[in-house]
Amino acid sequence: MRAPLQWIKDYVKIDDLNDKELIDKLVLTGSNNEGSENLSKELENIVVGKIVKITDHPNAEKLCICQVDIGSEVLQIVTGATNVFEGAYIPVAVHGAVIAGNIKIKKGKLRGEASNGMLCSLEEMGFETSNIPKEFDDGILILDKEYTLGENILTALELDQTIVEFEITPNRPDCLSMIGMAREIAASFERELKMPEVYSDTLTSEIDSLASVEIKDADLCGRYVAKAVKNIKIEQSPMWLQLRLMQAGMRPINNIVDITNYVMLEYGQPIHAFDMDTLKDGKVIVRRAIEGEVFETLDGKERALNNEMLVIADAERTIGIAGVMGGANTEISSNTKNVLIEVASFDKSSIRKTSKTLGLRTEASSRFEKGVSQELPLEVVNRVCYLIEALGAGKIIGGTIDVYPGKKQPVEIPFTVEGINRVIGTALNEAQMIELLSRLGIETVKGEKLIAQIPHYRLDLDKQIDLVEEVARLYGYEKIAMTLPKVDAWGAKTNAQMIKDKVKFELLANGVDEILSYSFVSRKDLDKIGLPENSLLRDQVALINPLGEEFSVMRTTLVPNVLEVLARNYNRKNKNVRIFEIGSIFMPKEVPVVQLPIEKEVLAIGTMGEKEDFFTLKGIVENVLTGLGINGYYFEKETNHSMFHKGRCANLIWNGHILGVLGEVHPNVIENYGLSERVYVADLDYNILMQIAKEDKKYSPVPKFPAIERDIAVLVSDSVTSMAIEETVREVAGKLLESVKMFDMYKGKQISEGYKSVAYELVFRADDRTLVDEEVNSIFKKVLSALEERLGAQLR
Amino acid sequence: MKEKLQVLLQDAKTEISAAKALKDLEDIRIKFLGKKGEVTSVLKNMKDLSAEERPLIGKIANEIREEIENLLDAVKEDKKKLEIEDRLEKESIDVTMPSKQTSRGHKHPINVALDEIIEIFLGMGFKIAEGPEVETVYHNFDALNAPVDHPSRSLSDTFYITEDLILRTQTSPIQVRTMMNQKPPIKIIAPGRCFRNDEIDATHSPMFHQIEGLVIDKDITMADLKGTLDMFAKRLFGSQTKTKFRPHYFPFTEPSGEVDVSCFKCGGEGCRFCKGSGWIEILGCGMVHPNVLRECGIDPDVYNGFAFGMGLDRITMLKYEIDDIRVLFENDVRFIKQF
Repeated sequence: MRAPLQWIKDYVKIDDLNDKELIDKLVLTGSNNEGSENLSKELENIVVGKIVKITDHPNAEKLCICQVDIGSEVLQIVTGATNVFEGAYIPVAVHGAVIAGNIKIKKGKLRGEASNGMLCSLEEMGFETSNIPKEFDDGILILDKEYTLGENILTALELDQTIVEFEITPNRPDCLSMIGMAREIAASFERELKMPEVYSDTLTSEIDSLASVEIKDADLCGRYVAKAVKNIKIEQSPMWLQLRLMQAGMRPINNIVDITNYVMLEYGQPIHAFDMDTLKDGKVIVRRAIEGEVFETLDGKERALNNEMLVIADAERTIGIAGVMGGANTEISSNTKNVLIEVASFDKSSIRKTSKTLGLRTEASSRFEKGVSQELPLEVVNRVCYLIEALGAGKIIGGTIDVYPGKKQPVEIPFTVEGINRVIGTALNEAQMIELLSRLGIETVKGEKLIAQIPHYRLDLDKQIDLVEEVARLYGYEKIAMTLPKVDAWGAKTNAQMIKDKVKFELLANGVDEILSYSFVSRKDLDKIGLPENSLLRDQVALINPLGEEFSVMRTTLVPNVLEVLARNYNRKNKNVRIFEIGSIFMPKEVPVVQLPIEKEVLAIGTMGEKEDFFTLKGIVENVLTGLGINGYYFEKETNHSMFHKGRCANLIWNGHILGVLGEVHPNVIENYGLSERVYVADLDYNILMQIAKEDKKYSPVPKFPAIERDIAVLVSDSVTSMAIEETVREVAGKLLESVKMFDMYKGKQISEGYKSVAYELVFRADDRTLVDEEVNSIFKKVLSALEERLGAQLR
Repeated sequence: MKEKLQVLLQDAKTEISAAKALKDLEDIRIKFLGKKGEVTSVLKNMKDLSAEERPLIGKIANEIREEIENLLDAVKEDKKKLEIEDRLEKESIDVTMPSKQTSRGHKHPINVALDEIIEIFLGMGFKIAEGPEVETVYHNFDALNAPVDHPSRSLSDTFYITEDLILRTQTSPIQVRTMMNQKPPIKIIAPGRCFRNDEIDATHSPMFHQIEGLVIDKDITMADLKGTLDMFAKRLFGSQTKTKFRPHYFPFTEPSGEVDVSCFKCGGEGCRFCKGSGWIEILGCGMVHPNVLRECGIDPDVYNGFAFGMGLDRITMLKYEIDDIRVLFENDVRFIKQF
C-alpha cells in the first residue's frame, strides 16, 4: 500500500512527527514498512520556469530554442519536445541539477546552440512511465497554472514528501486506503481522525425518474448505491489530483475516472461510473451472467462468462462484470454528458472466483476479494459527488438509489479483562483496556459483561482472541515482559535421533561429505540406473502440478540423486569425492495413490576417485555398522543387480535380512550419467540399521600377555573366498586365535591361471598366560592341513 | 712408575682434546682405562713395587684415573651436545610447507545450522518432533485455520498429489500431529523439508527447510513467547543481540508477530547486509489460535500456547553470507567442505 504522507495528513494531524518517528511507531503497532521513497532525496535543482520565447534551431529541424525565465535569470535551453509553447510553466533542470536515474545536468551546446539546462518530463522527475497520463506520455510536463518562478518544483507541486510502502496483512483490507492508514496512525498516536467532506443530498428524488436498480442475486450483492450526475464536462483533472494518483501508483485518465479512483484510494471502496445515456431504459439489474455469454470489457477484450459470475445489466444486455471491470458498451468517453455512479458491495469469494476464472485482476476486484465494508457505499458515493461538484465536473442530480438487502447487525464481542491478560501476560485493568480499544474506534458497553462494539470497517474482528491482538499491539509488543515458560518438560533426543547422529558421525569421520538433494525426481531416473520394468521402485507417488518432468515424482531410491551429484562434481573437476545422504523415500500403499505413502529413511553413499574401490566403500559401510554396534553381518556376492558391475557387487546380510547392497556401478549406468570413471555406491536400509543398532557396549580388558604372530601364505583357486579361508582358520585355531587378517592377494606371474596367492596374518594370544611357541606351532600346523584338505590350498 | 703415569696422563689429555666424535672418546677410555688399558696395566704392575711405594703410587694412579675419567665425561657431555645440535641443524624443515591432512567429512551447511539450533532448544527443554513430507490437506491447511480459499492452497503455490494429499508447504502439520497425539504439556521443535511451487532462482527453491516450535500448557503467555525467542536469538547470534517483536498476521496464531534481530553483521549500525535498517527479519510467531487448539483436541479455555517458525535455508544463508539458494542443493563438495 503506497501512502503519500501529505495525502494521509488530510485526515490526521501529524505535522509534529518526523517521518522516522511515524514509520518506526507504525511498525510496532502492526503496519510494517516495506520501504519508502522521497523525490527530494533523488532530485536536485529542478525549478519552476516559464517559456518566454521559442525560436527555431538554425541547425536542427527537430529542435527548438526556448528562452526560459526562472526568476533570477532567463536561460536559453534547447529542447526536442513538441508540446512546449510560449507562456508555458514548466520544470527546468538548471546547470548542476540531478534528474531521475541520478543523471547530472550540465551546461552545454546542442548542435551548436548553447543550452543551459533541461526542460523535464514526468519520467525525468522520477515517475513510473505506467503512471504518467497520456497527454504527458512523451512530452514536457506543462504545469496547470502560474507558480513562483525559480521555486523548487518539488515544493511547488508538494512532491517533497515521503511515500511509504506499508505492508498490509490479509486480515486488514481496511488499511488498503488512505483513511484506513490515517485511522491506524490516529490510533497509534492518539490523534483525531478527520473524515473528508461529502456531498449532502437534497431531499428531492429526481434520480428515480431517470434510473432504477434491481438486485436479482442478493446472495452475491449485499448493497447497491447509485447517484446520477448531469452536465458532465470530461477534461483533465487538476494537477494536484493527477499527481496524487500518480504518487499512489495510478495513471490519471480524465476527471470523472480520476475522481472515482481518488475516492477508491481514500476509502478502499471500488467505484464504477457508467455513461448513463447508454443504459437501456436507465435500468440497472444485478444478476448472474448467462452461461456462455460473451462480453466486451472496457479494455477492449472479449470475455466468456459463466452462470456463476455476477454481472451488471441494463434492460437488455450485460454492461459490466460486477466488481471486476465495466463494459465497453457503457464506458465514459469524451462525449459523455450524464453519468451514473455505482458504489456497491459484492461477495468476496464470488469476485475472487470470477477474477481468477477470467484471468482478470483489477484494482476493484483485488479490493473486493479481500473484503470491503457494506457500510461504506453511501458515504463514498457522496464523497464522489462532492468532488465532482467541487471540481466543476458536473451537476449532481438529486436523490440516491440505495438497495441494501444484505444489511447486517453490527458485530459485538463479549470479553473479560482476565481473558485478555491471560494470553498476553499483562496485568492491564478494565479502564486501560477500554481506552486501548476506544483508540481503534471500538466502544465498550459495560453491563453484566463487557461488550466491545466493532466498527463496520473492521471485518476481521469477531472473537475475544481478535480483541487480544488489538489490545496487545496498541499496548505495544515491546512493552510485554520477557519470561521463560514454566513447563514440566525436559529436552532430549529420541533414540532414533541419537542413532542418526552416530551414523553421521561415523560417515563424517570416514571423510564422507553430507549432501541434501530434492525429494522429487524424474521418472527417467530409474531408467538411467537400469532398473527392470517390473521393479517395485517404479510405483511412484506422482505430483499433479510439478515444476517439470525432472521434479515430477517422489523418489523411491536415493541412488540416482547420489549419482547425479557425483556426476556434477566430476564435471566440475572435483576428482576425489565421498558423499552420503540420509533421506526419505516414498512408497505408495496403493496405485493410484489414495492414502499417505509409506515414508522411510534410507542411507546412500557414493564414492569416486583414484583411491576409491569396492573395498574402501566396504570399509566405510563396516565402520558405520561398527559404530552402531551391529555385528554378525556378512557380505555376499551379488551377480544379478542391474545397477551394479556383476563381478563387484555384494549384499550386506544380517540375520537373514538384506540390509543393503553396495558395489561398483555398472558401466552402462555410469555412462548414462556422463561419467567416465568408476564410481561406487552403497544403498542401505537405514530404517533397519536403526532398529538393530545396539546401544549397550561392554568393556573387554586390554590384553596383559604378549601375542604370537604367524604369517601364512597359500595358493588357492580363484573360487575360494576370503571369507571361507577366514572361517576355516577361525574354526580350527580355536580360542587362542585373536585375529586373522588378509594382508596380501596376488594373481599373475608365477601363479597359474585360475589361482591366487593369499597371505594372512594370524595373531594368537591367551588371556591368562604367555603363550609358548610349541603351543602355537601345533595349532598352526592344524590350520595349514585344514586349509589343504578343505579348500585345496597349497602352502607357498 | 710415577713418571710413567704422568706421561700417560699427558698422553690421555692430548688425545682427549684431539678427539672428534663421541666414539673416539670411548676408544680413548678403553685405551687408557679399559681392562687392558694402559693405566690399568700400570696398576697391574703394582705388585712389583715395594710396600712403601705401593700406596703412594696407588694413590697417584687412582687420581690419574679419576682425572682422565672426569675429563672424558666433561668432553663427552660437550660432544653430545654438539652432536645433537648438529643433527637438529641438519634436520631443519620449511615449516611453511603444506600440512598433511587426513580428510574428514563435512556436514551440509543447512544441517550445521540446524544442529546448532537444535542444541539451543534442547538446552531450553524442547524435544524434536518429526513428520511426513507428503501430507494431507487437512493437516497442512484445514487444521491450521487456513481459509478455504486462501491463495497458498492453490496449484500455483502448493504441489498436489491428489485432491487431499500434498507436499507439505510448512512444518506446521508436525505441530498438528503432535497436538493430536500428545497431551499438554507440549514443548517441541519441528524441523523438516518443505515444498512450494516456486520456479528455481537465486532466492527461490521448490524445496526448502523450516524449523518450527510449539509450547502448549496452562498459563503460557506472549511474555513466555518473547522470553523464549529472545534467549534463542541471543544464543544463536551472540549475547549482544537485540530482538524486536512486530505485530503481523498468520491464520494459525493470534496475536501474531514477526521477530527482527539486530543485524549480526554490523551490530545494528546499518550495513549492506541489513539494507541499512540495522535489523534482520528471522522468524514469525504468535499465540496458537483457539480454533487450532480446538481442532487438535485441546481445550483453549484450559490451555494455550505459542508457536514460531523460521526458514532454515534463510538462516544458513544469512549466517554464511550465501547469496544464492541454488548452491545449497548443487552439493558441490568444494562448497560443502567449507562448513
